[in-house]
Amino acid sequence: MTMEVFPPAVSDSLLDLDKDAFLARLLNQLNEICLSKEPSWLEQVRTNATKWVRHSVIPTTRDEEWRFTDLSPLREINFALGSNLVSSQIAIESLMEGLGLPEATHRLVFINGVLTPTLSQTSDLPSGLHVGNLDSLEDSVAQKYLAQFNGTRDVFSDLNTAGLSDVAVVWAGKNVVVEDPIQVLFISLVGESPTFCQPRCLVIAEGNSQISLIEEHITLNTPSPQNNPSPGFNNSVTEIWVHENAQINHSRIVLGGDQSFDISKTAVTQARYSRYSCNAITIGGKISRHNLELVQTGEQTETNLHGLTVIAQKQLGDTHSAIALNYPYATSKQLHKLIIGDRAHGVFNGKIFVPKSAQLTDASQLNRNLLLSSKARVDTKPQLEITADNVKCAHGATVSQLEDDEIFYLQSRGIGETEARKLLVNGFATEVINLIPLASLREKLLKTVSSLVNN
Amino acid sequence: MIIENSDLILSVKDLQTQVDGTPILKGVNLEVRAGEIHAIMGPNGSGKSTFSKVLAGHPAYSVTGGEVVFQGTNILEMEAEERARSGVFLAFQYPLEVPGVSNLDFLRVAYNSHRKAKGLPEVDTFDFDDLVMEKLEVVKMNSSFLERSVNEGFSGGEKKRNEILQMAILEPKLAILDETDSGLDIDALKIVSNGVNQLTNAENATIMITHYQRLLDYIVPDFVHVMAQGRIIKSGGKELALELESRGYDWVLEEALGVGV
Repeated sequence: MTMEVFPPAVSDSLLDLDKDAFLARLLNQLNEICLSKEPSWLEQVRTNATKWVRHSVIPTTRDEEWRFTDLSPLREINFALGSNLVSSQIAIESLMEGLGLPEATHRLVFINGVLTPTLSQTSDLPSGLHVGNLDSLEDSVAQKYLAQFNGTRDVFSDLNTAGLSDVAVVWAGKNVVVEDPIQVLFISLVGESPTFCQPRCLVIAEGNSQISLIEEHITLNTPSPQNNPSPGFNNSVTEIWVHENAQINHSRIVLGGDQSFDISKTAVTQARYSRYSCNAITIGGKISRHNLELVQTGEQTETNLHGLTVIAQKQLGDTHSAIALNYPYATSKQLHKLIIGDRAHGVFNGKIFVPKSAQLTDASQLNRNLLLSSKARVDTKPQLEITADNVKCAHGATVSQLEDDEIFYLQSRGIGETEARKLLVNGFATEVINLIPLASLREKLLKTVSSLVNN
Repeated sequence: MIIENSDLILSVKDLQTQVDGTPILKGVNLEVRAGEIHAIMGPNGSGKSTFSKVLAGHPAYSVTGGEVVFQGTNILEMEAEERARSGVFLAFQYPLEVPGVSNLDFLRVAYNSHRKAKGLPEVDTFDFDDLVMEKLEVVKMNSSFLERSVNEGFSGGEKKRNEILQMAILEPKLAILDETDSGLDIDALKIVSNGVNQLTNAENATIMITHYQRLLDYIVPDFVHVMAQGRIIKSGGKELALELESRGYDWVLEEALGVGV
């Protein structure tokens, strides 16, 4: 496979700078953020990313990677950076009441990219576990990992890095095993005008460590969601480093707003013998795009990716995953499910690269789609690039609808049609939702799925 | 059992149905009283399965004539779930799989929908567990079946036993068993039949739809009907089934419809 390499710097050719007015506007706002004690390496990282963004444009449907996801509605909106919204007028506490936080023992809450200590829960951390923001992380660790993912570049990740200020950090030291899930909750508050927000998360599991992470992105309109909510633009990046023989169970939940654009990147680096599981659930959102990219730095890794996207109305939900297996003996299993109602549009593109160096890889990928209306649409493209000759690789995609016979079966047992449909849809979603380690969260997700698609 | 002057549970008069414009049932008449077991036999394509689905209210079949009165009420205008709640149960020839829904949850939701329709309070998880455990005995099912998704990955025999388990829990007034014996080996057939026999009593009634006399050795019918070309063309006692087994259907068809086949 070919991969663009992270270059050390970009030349300042003045010719094609700021080609994209939308990006330039956002960059100008980001440049106004000054970190209290910004170290020079971080300044360098930001400056470098800024240069990349200034050379880039927002992708269009002419780009192969964005063929089905038209971002032109995003470009038309004049977003203002949301971090200014936080401390001022909003009664955060009352807002949180309705949110019903699940019972995680360790929790970080970020509102519009800024840590909110009053809602976070970081006392009683086991020794060797760091859960906090960038300020409290050792500089050498931050410098080693932050924005250092060795995968493909994209303009949105660079945009996030260009505005890097606060970061949610979970760092498990060597041999640290934490049973309780660690929750990182990013709330994007959208005010009366269009709001832009860039959550950032860094997760490191050192050798032989083991953690369970719940990453949530929730868009909330305030003060009132009823009267014509303003659009929100969430551009998030999560970098995950799983070191030798370490294990991360990652649940990733995105609950979009009626008018929210969620673009996110999960960048995973797996060292040898490591295990990484991801349960990615996206419900709602006007346009959502999840880029999941995984690279290996050693052999015999185990990767389990489960995804569920539930969309209705005229929403669009897009998942692009790219798994690059460059070392032998890897196991990679992927199941991505979509439930698509009304006139919504689902997109799945799953790439798996298995070059010659990755002999004895065992990779499988399955995409299953449930269309709830005749106007619902899905574009799916599994893409396996295999040049190794001694591997086991399988992929497939299915598209189905709720059959009359299925509904009749339930009805013939006394279950009403509406209830029957709900049971069948929830049943389809359950396979992925059941992998979430918090019971209250599972329940909440099932309810959210129901209320979105059973209206 | 035939009980004199027992309540009429089901009365079907001149029932006619179509699927996509093609007539399937062309005037079916049948009366079923409390305590009785009826067997409906007949060649492939005679309309037996259609009859069972029409009784249960499958939306794909449109009724073009006749009436179906169940316990004094014409049920043709009722939705499938309303018929079920009023006491009609169809054991499917091919029970469907419901991935992601556990058998236990499915049974509880179904059971509570019946309770609700009767104005009774819903039963909570614990009380329901007790009830199910007791009913599992009827079909000799292991409780591990309860945690699995409905029928998903079940063998043919397990699916049929699961149908009878549902019947045991819902306690229908009228049970319609559509080819419940098909695809069963002799051990499974014995378990399923034994289950049905435990559930039949003087208050309820059963209609069995089958191809084979074999089932009738285990569940002994009071009446045997032959269905052909969308009508019941001959009725008799259980000895009719034996005659059909040895002579086939041709003679009945010839006798009733005057056709040589």
